Formats: sequence, structure tokens, C-alpha cells
Amino acid sequence: MLRLFEYGKIGECAWRDELPNGLRMCVVPKPGYRKKMAFFATNYGGADRKFMLADDWIETPAGVAHFLEHKMFDVEDSENALTTLSGRGAAANAFTASNMTAYHFECTDMFYENLELLLKFVSTPYFTKDSVEKEQGIIAQEIKMVEDEPDYAVYYGLIRSLYNSNPVRDPVAGSVESIKSIDPDLLYNCHRVFYTPSNMVLVTVGDVDPVKIRDLALNILPEYNFPPAKRDYGDSEDDQPNTLHFEKEMEVGAPIFLAGAKTKAGLSGEDMLRFELTASLALSVLMGRGSPLYSQMYSEGLVNDTFYYDFESTAGVSFLSFGGESQNPEQVCLRVLDEAERLVTSGVEQKFFARRQRAAYGHEIRGLNSFDNICYNVAVAGFNRYDYFKTIDVLESITAEDVRRFLAKYLRPELLAISTVRCVRGERDV
Amino acid sequence: MQKVYNKQIMRGVNLTCVKAEKFKTGCLSITLMTQLDKKTAAMNAMLPNVLRRGTARLPDMESIAAELDNMYGVRIEPALRKKGEIQCIGFYADFPDDAFLPHGKNILEKTADLIGEMLLQPATSGGRLKAEYVDSERENLISDIKAEINDKRVYASMRLTEMMFKGERYGVSRLGSLHDAGKITVHSLTRHYKELISTAAIQVFYCGAADPEYVEQIVRGSLSTLPRTDVSDMPSTEVSTEEWTAPVKYLTEKMDVTQGKLVMGYRLGEAMRQPDHAALMVFNAVFGGAVTSKLFMNVRERLSLCYYASSGVDRLKGIMKVSSGIEFSKYNEALSEIQRQLESVKNGEILPLEMEGAKKAVITAIYSALDEPGGLESLYLDKSILGLPVDPSDLAPMVSEVTVDQVAKIASCAKLDSVYFLTGEDDDA
Repeated sequence: MLRLFEYGKIGECAWRDELPNGLRMCVVPKPGYRKKMAFFATNYGGADRKFMLADDWIETPAGVAHFLEHKMFDVEDSENALTTLSGRGAAANAFTASNMTAYHFECTDMFYENLELLLKFVSTPYFTKDSVEKEQGIIAQEIKMVEDEPDYAVYYGLIRSLYNSNPVRDPVAGSVESIKSIDPDLLYNCHRVFYTPSNMVLVTVGDVDPVKIRDLALNILPEYNFPPAKRDYGDSEDDQPNTLHFEKEMEVGAPIFLAGAKTKAGLSGEDMLRFELTASLALSVLMGRGSPLYSQMYSEGLVNDTFYYDFESTAGVSFLSFGGESQNPEQVCLRVLDEAERLVTSGVEQKFFARRQRAAYGHEIRGLNSFDNICYNVAVAGFNRYDYFKTIDVLESITAEDVRRFLAKYLRPELLAISTVRCVRGERDV
Repeated sequence: MQKVYNKQIMRGVNLTCVKAEKFKTGCLSITLMTQLDKKTAAMNAMLPNVLRRGTARLPDMESIAAELDNMYGVRIEPALRKKGEIQCIGFYADFPDDAFLPHGKNILEKTADLIGEMLLQPATSGGRLKAEYVDSERENLISDIKAEINDKRVYASMRLTEMMFKGERYGVSRLGSLHDAGKITVHSLTRHYKELISTAAIQVFYCGAADPEYVEQIVRGSLSTLPRTDVSDMPSTEVSTEEWTAPVKYLTEKMDVTQGKLVMGYRLGEAMRQPDHAALMVFNAVFGGAVTSKLFMNVRERLSLCYYASSGVDRLKGIMKVSSGIEFSKYNEALSEIQRQLESVKNGEILPLEMEGAKKAVITAIYSALDEPGGLESLYLDKSILGLPVDPSDLAPMVSEVTVDQVAKIASCAKLDSVYFLTGEDDDA
């Protein structure tokens, strides 16, 4: 049954339901907005390569989830759902991450017709040998395009340094080689296993009617309720990185780097939310825009405004990272570790912690303006069984001591791997 | 629909307010409008970054950061944009609305005051901008200019602009050149700052729940010491309206990349004499701006000639760029196919799906922008530059009325000016 949850403090509410087929849906009303957004996602991504089908473990090549995403837009009679949605003026798209594939559109007109099509094409596979072969060419181009991006190279350099065997090591889109073995049968199988309603969430945001949305989902989606498939991400890995350094030369104007460390994985529910918020707050205290360390490093020219930090939790792994452009990445890492040690030893000063926490509060409020952000976070929360709209309550309950403990545990020299992309042939003349 | 309020509040200072209660955050931007010029581009580009480093009251980044944290993480970011031949520099702030904060009071007022301080009371030493900040931001600017090569798609587009507008204002990069950046001194930047602050036309934009009268009072307060004795007119952008007859220019460059980038620059000539903005938007969406466009459906989907191919019109200069990612060997094929597609638009060979899809995509884009504070800000800045009489929200109904003939006519005015190709090192094409 549709139930309304209200969050007075942040001025939001949400209608939620879990349908008999296991689909979890959430409608976030936004009165006064003309645009509307729908986001239909499956808890299946690039890292879900080995899984149980009937009683057998199946292994699939890198890039299937992403390939499937491309092919799902095909509907019978050489029609394409993306063209139909676009023809109605909807801005439709899809993306594949290591733990999720999502299909979404934003529109200002014909919302329910568009939603009907979204639910239909995502739940109805249609692949032919020809169309799969043609897509191999298109995706090979996409893979080549990202291979020229230094940010992509530095990111996978870090992931491969951190992890020894986990499938997150391979790019979500796979490689030109790995996608060659994909055929219609494989796509049908993966669709059957992972696009079951119980493995999916539907999020809609805007001035929309929750009852109409639920009825559409009930009518269009399959009735069966299979439990989501078991998957295997390989052996559990050490706390230590696989290797401490990765380096590559590319056509860049200034060297870029990304350093990172593995953190606790496998959490779910509110524990996961709490851990993520603690991690983000700890990193913000240590090296965020409002921290003394950032100001010092920026003033010395060690980092510039491309410097950032991040915390990511996906497919059985979680890690922290920080990076950007720098002439001396090793020095940045040393300074970060030194400052972490200082905070761990002397404790995080309460007044300083309180103002960083306040900034994080404002950041969460700001996120509620963005339909994309709401859809994505509600979906992630749905897969991991917590309530995204309680983020601020959890954030307020985190203490300076929680942050200190996080830094003590994860910001240590032996845990930190560093990936660097340097300029080919030294400096380039522009 | 939101209420829009527009008023000149001081000499050369124009305020636009969009009152909207649906947003969780408000935004406030203060933008100095300056003529894009090779001599001053690099100085303009680094100035907001220098001013953001410290004020008389809050002399360094750390004290500014502490203030912003206590205001619930208000963001005040240096903003630098190239709009036609105008370089827009200033600050863009967004902040949570007081209603959603436990102890938040007057966040808008505090934000406006802090931007005012950054613009008017920067940290100085001996009457000049601080040497430490100028030196460090000059180095940052230099590394930003060098880093323009990192994103090959953006880089290729920038190289096309440079070759197409060599010697013209529009050919000047948003960040200025390495050479000019290297020459900036404390003395030259301070002098430039003082001149700019007393002469530049200023656009202030606010979107949020506050009443326009209240916003006006706050902004007047925060800019009360702004010198306004010698205000220049709003700078203008020269839109090229002549029919382009010069031979097409070609340039191919090699780099260690795995995918080629093809960029083509067109001049829209006569179509810009009395431009019909709704028709221009529909034309771009039909040709290469939408998923239902000629370029997407044919060059990418039907012929698999590229991974992406899209067009973009800059109405502030009267040009169109086509941008595509291709295999090195597909250069000739892609080049002629893109031209063939433009030819078919010129001949009015536009399917109903292409026409309707284009119109609807444009209408969705307009309405969606009106639902985002940042989108509104950009629309109203463009409106002020073009001196458009219509409100952005009025454009949507006009888009529905655009005909195939109007679209074909714009296509027939488009003349290819330059072609740039970024290819791999071992490619002999």
C-alpha cells in the first residue's frame, strides 16, 4: 500500500510502496515544478560478472551490463525507445556504474505516456544478432573515447592499485576485446536474472500522482517475484593495497593524481549511511575547502582548485580518494597523512568540527534541489535498505570522535595507494 | 510562472530578481560585463580568483572558509564566462534557504555582503592587491591554460575557434593566452581592477524566496561603496551577418590519442540579421542538437560513422559548430556526410518526427531551465546581452510556431568556414 512519509525539517515528503512483484517505488512530490523526472534502476552493474543461475555459477565477460543498457532501448520493428521519448521532447538517457544500471528521463509534457514506455522497454528485452554486432562497433568507439581521458586513466590506475581481484578493477564498459564475445543469448540471460522487479527500484520526482504511477507499474511490469540473484565478487581482499604506485604518461597539461585507501565494505542499512557520512565528514575536516590543510596547500601552490576528495561504496568494496592537478603528488599525500596524524593525536577541535558539520548540513539541503541527485540517492538507498531523507538526522548524530576514529583507522601510510598521470615528453608548449 | 523583476538600482547596475518559493536554495550572482580583448582577457580571468583569496575583514582563505561554513556551507565561487565577445567575470553564490536551517538567519544578506567585500574591499598591501595572491593565482591561471588540453573534445573545439577567428575578438580564449598571463604583475592587475570596478556595467541576478524590494535593499547596501562616476556602456558582441564566401580553412593536428575529434565551424550570415531566436533553436535541434536530429540519427545511428556528432549555435556570435568523435580513417566520410545532412535541411527534407522532436526538445529545455536557479541565471544573462524584448518563458510558445521553411532558410545561410581535425600520431590521413 502506498504510504506517505513526511520529513518536516527539510520540507520534503515521499510516497513509498513495495509491489507484490517486489518492486520498490518512491514518489517525491515537488509542487510548483513543471519538469518531472522518472528513474528506473536495477541493482546490476559492471562488477556483477559472476552470479548464480539455476544452480550454477555463471561467469560473464567485462562490459555486459553496459552493453545491455545500450541494447535495452531497442524495441521490436526497428523502433528505438530513445527516439520515441526524444520525439516527445523528453530528455532521456541511461548510465551503467559498477553496481547499478539506470534508465531515466526528464520531461515537461506527456509524463505518464513516457513513464509507460520507460517501464515497457526496460522490462522487455529484444536483441538480434545484427543489432548486437552493430553495437559492438559503437561501444568500441565509446571505450576508445574514454581511454583518451586522463581522469579515467588515473581513476582506474587507483582502482587497480587498490584491488587485487575484485571485478571493479575492469572498466564498466569492458574492453574492445571483452565485448567481442557478447551475443543475444548472454544478454537475454543477464536480463532475466537482473531485471526482475525485486532487484529494481522506480523513483519519480515532480508534481505527479503516486496512484497513477503505481497502477502503471502494476499493469506493465511482470507479476513474478524472484529473489535477486546471488553474486560473487571474488575472494575478500586485504586492507593493504595490491600495489602502492601506478604511473602513466598522457597528453595532459599538468600532472594529475588520485590517491586512495580501502575502507570497511559490506555494510547495509543505516549503518552504511552512517559510515558514508562519517567518511565524508572526516575527509572534509581533513582536507575539504574549509580546512586549514587545503588553504595551506593551495597557498603554497601544491594544489589548485581542481583538488577534490571522494568516498565511494560499490559492489562489495568501499574506498576513500583524493586528487587533482599537482606538480608534486607525493608531497600532497605526505601532507595529508601528517595532518591526519595530527588530528588523530590531538583530537578534532569541537568548534571546528561543528562548523564543518554545518557546511555538510547545507550541502545536503542543496542536494534536494536537484532531481537527478534525489533520484540517484533514493535508488541507492533503496538497494541498500536505508532512508535517504534521514541523511540529515544521521549527519547531526556524528561526533568529532567518530571522525577522529575514522582518520586513525584509514589515513595511514601503509594503506595509501597513489595513481599519477604525467605529461608525455615532459611539459607541452601551448 | 515565476514573477520577474528588473530594475536599474545604481548607475550601470542592473538587478534581475526571480521570486520563486519552490527551491531549497537561493542564488545570487554579481557579474562584471567586460569586452573580450586579447590585452585584458588573462587579467580578467584571474581577477575573481585573486579577490576570492581574502578581504580586508577576512584576510585569507581560511577565515573566509570559516565564515562560509558557519553560513551552512554557502558557496561563493569565482565565475568566468565567455558570452559572444563579452567576458563575464564575477561571483556566483548559492545558499540554502533560511526556512530549512535550524539556526539560519539572513543568509542572503550575509552572502551579498561577503560578495560586496570581495569585490570592493579586497585584502591589500600598500594600496595594491596582495603580491602573494596575485603571484599564486597567476600560476594557477597558467596551469589552467595548460590543462585545456586534457579534455580533447573541448580542446578541439577551442582550436577551431582560434583558427576560425584568428585576429578577431571572438578568437580570444576565455582564459586568455599563456603569454599574456605570464606578464601580469601586481601593479598591472591592481590598476586594471580599479578601472574595471569603476567602469564596468554590472548585472546582478537573484533567484529565491525573498521579495525583490528586500533583495534590492540588500544589494544596494552591499555595493554602497561601488565607484560609479565613470561607467561605461554595456559592452557589445558583434554578430557576423555577412554572407561568408572565403575558401574553407583546414587544419589537422596530431596527438597521442585513440579517437579522432572532428570540429567544423559555420557562419550563419544573413540568418543573423534579424534573428528569429525560436527558429534558430529549432534549426539547431533539427540538424544536430537533439536525439532526433539529422546528425544523431544518420551519422551516428544509421551509418555508425562516429560515437557522437552534435551541433551547437552561438547566437551571441552568429555561428554554429559541429563536433564529432570518429575513427581516424573515417575523416573524409564523416566530413562529407555531415555536409550532406546540412544540405538536406537546406532542401527542407525534414521528417515530421525530426521537426516535432526538435521543437519538443527545445521546449523541454526552456521549461527545465526555468526550474533551476542556475538555468534561470544564465538565461537572463543572455537576455541582457542580446537586449531581447521577450522573457525566456515566452519563447516556448513561439517555438511551436516555427515552420520547416524557416528552418531550411537558416540552413541555407550557414556557410562552412573552418574544419579542424585532431588525429593520432601514427595516422597518415
